[in-house]
Amino acid sequence: MTTTANESRALDEIKIGGLGSSRKRVEDDRFIRGKGNYTDDVVLPGMLHMEILRSPLPHARIKSIDASRAWALPGVRLVLTGEMMATRNLAWMPTLSYDTQAVLATDKVRFQGQEVACVIADDPYIAKDACELIDVDYEPLPVIVNPWQGLDPDAPVIRDDKVNQADNVIYNWEVGDKAGTDRAFERADVISKLELHYPRSHPSPIECCGSVADFNRATSKLTVYMTSQAPHIIRAAVAMVAEIPEQMIRIISPDIGGGFGNKVPIYPGYVCSILASILLERPVKWIEDKTGNLISTGFARDVYLKGEMALRRDGKILGFRMHTDADHGAFFADAQPSKFKIGLMHSAFAAYDVPVAHLTARGVYTNKAPGGVAYRCSFRVTEAMFFQERMVQAAADDLGIDQAAFRRMNFVADDDFPHRTPLGFLTDSGQYAKCLDVGLKAIDYENFRQEQAEARKRGRLLGLGISTMTEPLGAGNSREYDILGIKMFDSAELKVHMSGKAILRTGAKSQGQGHETTWAQIIAHELGIPADDVVVEEGDTDTAPFGMGTYASRSTPVAGAAVAMVARKIRAKARKLAAHLLEVSEEDIEWELGRFYVRSSPQTGVSIQECAMAAYSNMPDGMEPGLENTAYYDPPNLTWPFAVYIVTVEVDPETGVWDVLKMVAVDDCGVRINPMIVEGQIMGGLTEAYAMASMQFITFDADGNCVGSNYMDYLLPTAWETPGFELHSEVVTPCPHHPIGAKGIGECAAVGGPAAFVNAVMDALGETGVRNIDMPLLPDRVWEALTYRRDVSGFPPVRQD
Amino acid sequence: MTMVVDDLGDEAADEFPVRRIKFSINGRKKAAEIEPRLLLADLIRRGVGLTGTHRGCDTTNCGACTVLVDGRAIKSCTMLAVQVDGREVTTVEGLATASELHPIQEGFKQEHGLQCGFCTPGMMLAAKELLDRNPDPTEEDVRWAISGNLCRCTGYQNIVKSVLWAAEKLRAEA
Amino acid sequence: MFPSRFRYEAPHSLDEAIGLLHGGDYVKVLAGGQSLVPMMKLRFASPEMIVDINNLPGLAYHRTDPDGSLRIGALCRHADLERSDLLKGTQPTMAAAAPLVADPLVRNRGTLVGSLCHADPQGDWASVMLALGGSVIAQGPGGRRAIPLAEFVTGPFQNVLEHDEIAVEAVVPAARGVRSGGYLKLERRVGDFATVGVAVAIETSGSTVVRAGIALTGVGGSTIGATEAAEALTGKPLTAESVGQAAELAAAAARPRTDHRGTAEYKRQLVRVFVKRILAAGPATAATGEPAERAA
Repeated sequence: MTTTANESRALDEIKIGGLGSSRKRVEDDRFIRGKGNYTDDVVLPGMLHMEILRSPLPHARIKSIDASRAWALPGVRLVLTGEMMATRNLAWMPTLSYDTQAVLATDKVRFQGQEVACVIADDPYIAKDACELIDVDYEPLPVIVNPWQGLDPDAPVIRDDKVNQADNVIYNWEVGDKAGTDRAFERADVISKLELHYPRSHPSPIECCGSVADFNRATSKLTVYMTSQAPHIIRAAVAMVAEIPEQMIRIISPDIGGGFGNKVPIYPGYVCSILASILLERPVKWIEDKTGNLISTGFARDVYLKGEMALRRDGKILGFRMHTDADHGAFFADAQPSKFKIGLMHSAFAAYDVPVAHLTARGVYTNKAPGGVAYRCSFRVTEAMFFQERMVQAAADDLGIDQAAFRRMNFVADDDFPHRTPLGFLTDSGQYAKCLDVGLKAIDYENFRQEQAEARKRGRLLGLGISTMTEPLGAGNSREYDILGIKMFDSAELKVHMSGKAILRTGAKSQGQGHETTWAQIIAHELGIPADDVVVEEGDTDTAPFGMGTYASRSTPVAGAAVAMVARKIRAKARKLAAHLLEVSEEDIEWELGRFYVRSSPQTGVSIQECAMAAYSNMPDGMEPGLENTAYYDPPNLTWPFAVYIVTVEVDPETGVWDVLKMVAVDDCGVRINPMIVEGQIMGGLTEAYAMASMQFITFDADGNCVGSNYMDYLLPTAWETPGFELHSEVVTPCPHHPIGAKGIGECAAVGGPAAFVNAVMDALGETGVRNIDMPLLPDRVWEALTYRRDVSGFPPVRQD
Repeated sequence: MTMVVDDLGDEAADEFPVRRIKFSINGRKKAAEIEPRLLLADLIRRGVGLTGTHRGCDTTNCGACTVLVDGRAIKSCTMLAVQVDGREVTTVEGLATASELHPIQEGFKQEHGLQCGFCTPGMMLAAKELLDRNPDPTEEDVRWAISGNLCRCTGYQNIVKSVLWAAEKLRAEA
Repeated sequence: MFPSRFRYEAPHSLDEAIGLLHGGDYVKVLAGGQSLVPMMKLRFASPEMIVDINNLPGLAYHRTDPDGSLRIGALCRHADLERSDLLKGTQPTMAAAAPLVADPLVRNRGTLVGSLCHADPQGDWASVMLALGGSVIAQGPGGRRAIPLAEFVTGPFQNVLEHDEIAVEAVVPAARGVRSGGYLKLERRVGDFATVGVAVAIETSGSTVVRAGIALTGVGGSTIGATEAAEALTGKPLTAESVGQAAELAAAAARPRTDHRGTAEYKRQLVRVFVKRILAAGPATAATGEPAERAA
C-alpha cells in the first residue's frame, strides 16, 4: 500500500483506545476472576484481628469499663479503651472540619454505635467473643434525634467536652444579598414556599471499611492498607494524629469495593488498628461489619429546608431564599472544602437566570453518627439540587404554568456564559434548552399529558416528574477550595519507557470508576500511544504523586486534566527529540496522532515510540535523558455538567405503591472519555436516586435507637425493583477550560435524579393538593397523603405504638 | 503442610470442639479441621485462601458471598462450613478453565457489568445457576434470579445485559 | 457477625437425631438455617448444641398422597416449591406464596417446615398453611403426632414442639372442592419482611364456597387466622358483597402496630385490599405463582 505525500498517517484514535472509545475495562480482568485485592484480602504474616465494641445507648455517661474478662480469654492480645487512648493523647482526633471527634469514648457516648473499646485477638471470632466480655456501666442521658430537640433551650449539651460550647449549634453561615432579595420578594406577584426534609441516607458500598495496619519496629515505618478514597489526605492526617513523621507513613488503598464518599473520612477503627499495631509490633486487621458501617460511618444528607421563591406572574423567577438546618450528628466531621460550612449548597439554582438570592445555613449536633457529606453528593449539591427542583415544581404549580415551560423560560440562555449565579458561582457552558427538548421528546411529553388526563377519568393515577440542574464538579481552584488547608489540586506522573510503553500514576483513587482504563485513553489521545500500552496505578502514597483523592466527581476534572497536562509536557520534549532525529529545527515539526513529521515533507516523520527510544539512546546535546514528567493541576474553575431527568410513574391509590413506567436521562458532561463507562456511572447514580426516592433511609426512634443500621431495615433496591434507564448523550457542550473539554459525571444522576421521581409521584397526586411527601416515598406515606390529602413528613423520631 | 500455632494451654483446647470434614472446592478435594461455628464464607476465604468470595453484610441480604454448593447458589455467610462435608463447592475461581474464561465472565466484561467488582463473583454464580437451569432466560428471569444479590455501582441494567450475552454465547456453543 | 461456640452433630437417621435432642438445655435443630444462622450470627440465639438434619434421608419430598393430602418433607426447600409444577397445578395459594419468600438464594436452602417452626410473625408460610387448614407432623421418642397450625404457634418465635420432638412434615388436607385463592404481600423490596401478607384459600363446589381460609402475616404477635372473615364466604357463592364483608372482617381481625413500616390503619387497609384483590381474581383465574413483588 502506498500513501501520497499529503495523506495523513495519523493513527485511528478509536482503534488505539483514545477519547470516545468504549474501550473494555482493564480492571475487569482481575475482578471477573475473583482476583481483586480488597483490604480484607490482604494477609500479612503474624496478622491479628481487631473487633470494636460499640455503645448500645445513644447518649450516656460512662461510669466504668471492666475489660478483665476479655483480657483473660485465650487468644486475646490487647484490649484498648478510651482511657488507654487518652494516655497517648489519642482518645480524640481532629476532624476534617476543624472539630474534634472521639476515637474511643472516654466521658460519654454520644451516639448509638459509637466506638467504646476494641479487642485485638488471634482470630476475628475470638475478638468478637472478647467484646462480649467487656462490661460497661452506662448512665443514660436524654436523647436528641433531630435539630429541633437540639435547639430547645432545655436540651442537654451534647458536646460538653468542648470548652466554649454552650448549646448544640455548630455554625451559622450565610451567603448572598439579603437586602436585594428582600426587595425582590416585596416586588413579587406570587411567593411560593416549601418546607421539607432530605432524610438521612448512607452511601453503603457493599464493601465495608477496614484497614490492615503494619508498623515495622525495625524500620520504624508504618504501612496501612485501607479502604480510602484519598490516601494522601490520610497520610497527612495520620502524621498529625499519630505523630509519626510523614515520610515514614505509607498508605496503600488497594481495590475498593465502592466508595461513594463513605471512604473519605478517617474513622476510629483505622486509628485503633494503627495504635494496636504499634503497640503489638504485628500487623492488625480491622474489617467492620455492615452494622458498624451503617451506624457509625459517614452518612449523607439529613438537612431541613425552608425555601421561598419570589415570582412574577408571567413565570419569571425574581429571587429565592433558602434556609437549611443540617443535622451533623455528634461530631462535625464533614469532608468538604473548609470555607463552606454547608458545602456547595449555594450552587442551587445555578441553571436558572435568577438575579438575586440569599441563603442561610445552620448546623446542629445530635446523638447520631457524624457526617453529612457523602453519597455521591458533590459536597451537598445533592441537597441543593433536590431542594431547587422541588421548589421549582411547587412554584410552577402555584403559578399554574406547565412544568417544562416554567423551567425553559428561566434557564440561563446558551449565549449568556460565563454566567455569575446570585450566590457566587461562575457557570461557563451549557445548552440547557436543548437538553430539555431531548428529554421531553424521549418521554413523549405531549402524549403523556393526554394519557394522564384520560387515565385520571378512569381512576388511574399517572404522574410525570422533571428535574433539571447544572452542578459544580471538580473541586477545586486553590483560591477557594481546601481541605484542612491543603489545596485541592491533583496530579499525574507519566513515565514513558524506551520502547514507548508507559506507566502512569495519579493522585486519584478509583473505587469502580475505571481510571485504569480511562486515564490511559487520555494518554492515547495526547500522545498516540495505544491505551493498551499504558498501565495505570493509583493508591500507594509511596509511589503516587500527591493528590486529594476521588470523590465529589472531581477526578476527570482535576486528575484527568493533570493527565492531559503531563502528556503534553512529554509531547513537548518528544517534539525536541523528533527534531533531533529528523535533523530539522523544531519550528519545522508538525504533530499528528502518534507521530511527528516534517511540515514540508509529511512522509518524513518519526513515531512517538521512536522518540521515546531516542530519549534514552540518542539525545541532542544538552538535553536531559529520559521521557518522564509530573504535572500538578490547579483547576481554574469547576466544571458544569448539565442534566435533565424525566420519570413517569403510576401510583396505586389503594396501597400507595408506585411503579416507574419510564425513566429518561439526558446528560451533558462535555467530552466523554469512555462512553460505556460514563453510561455506567449515570446508571449507578440513577439507581441511588431511585433508592433514596423510594425506600432507602436511616431514621431514629424516640429513644435514639437507629432504624436502618442493617440491610433488613436499610433497604437497597434489588434488580427486581430497579427500573430500566434510557440514556441520552446527544448534547455535548465541552468544558471551555478543561484540557480535553471533559466535565465530571459520576454524581450527576444521584444529584438530579431523586427530584424527578418525587416530582412524578407528586404530579400523580396533583388533584389532592398535596405539596410534599418527604423521601423516601414509601407506600404508606403515599397512601396517607392520598387518602387524607395532606403533606407527609418523615423526620425522626419515627412514630411507633 | 506444617502448621505452628500459639500454645494456649490445655484449657483452651478443651473449649474448642473441632470437626473434621471432607469436601471438594472447584474440583479439588480438601480436608479440614474446623470449629462448627466457622461460616462457610470464612472457610473459603481464610481456610482455603480463595478471596474472590466476599463478605458484605451481616444479615444475609447482600449476596456478595454467593457460591454454589452441589450446583445450587447459596449465601456462604449463612451456611456453617461443617455443612459442606461431602459436598461440592464452586466459587468464582472455579468458573474459568486453565485457558478460557467462562462465558459469564466474558459477558460481564463485554457488557460493562461491573464497576467496583465487589458484588460480581456472587452475581456471576447466581447467574450460573440460572443459566444451568434455563438456557434462554428473559430479562425478567434474569432480574428475578439475581434479586438476592445487591449492587450499588451499576444499576443492574448492564448486569442483565451481561447475563443475556453469556446465555446467547452458551446457546451458540451448545 | 460470628456465632458463639456450640457443639454440633450431623446424624444420619431420624432416631439418632431425636436421641441427640436430649444433649443439652438449649438444643436447636438445623435444616435450612436461613433464619437460625442469621440469629446466631447476631447472637440473638446462642444454642449450646446444633443438630443438623440435612443428612437425614428421604425428607426432601413434596407430593400428593393417594388420599389427596399434600405432604411436604422437612427438607423440602422453598425453591423446590417455587418451581413445582404440582403446586402450580393444584395449590394456588401455595404457588403464589413460594416465590415471595425471602430471595432466590435463601429459597435454595430454607425449608417450609423450618419456617413454620421458626414461627416468625412475619413468616409467609404460616399464613398459607393456616388458611389451608394445614398441620405439622412432629416425631418424638414416643412416636408421631399431628399438630394443626392453629395450635402450633403460641407467640412470636414460639411453637408447641416438645424439646425432644422434630417436625418432620407439613400436611395440607385434601380438598373438598376446586381450589382457588392466592397470597399477596407488601414488601418494599425483594427479601424484605412483609409489611402485610394475606393468604386466601378457597374451595368451591359448583359455585358454592365449601371451604374458606384467610390468614394474615405481619399484623400481630403471630400469624392471625381471620376465621370470621372466612366464615363470611362459606356456604354461598362468591359475590362482591360477601367478598367486601370478608375483607372488612379480615381487616378487623388484624392487630397491627404502627411502626416504621406504616400506621396500624394503613396495614388494615392493605389487609382489606389484598383480600379483595385475591378474590377478585376469581376461582377460575386465581392468583398464581407470578412473581408479583408487591400488590397485584
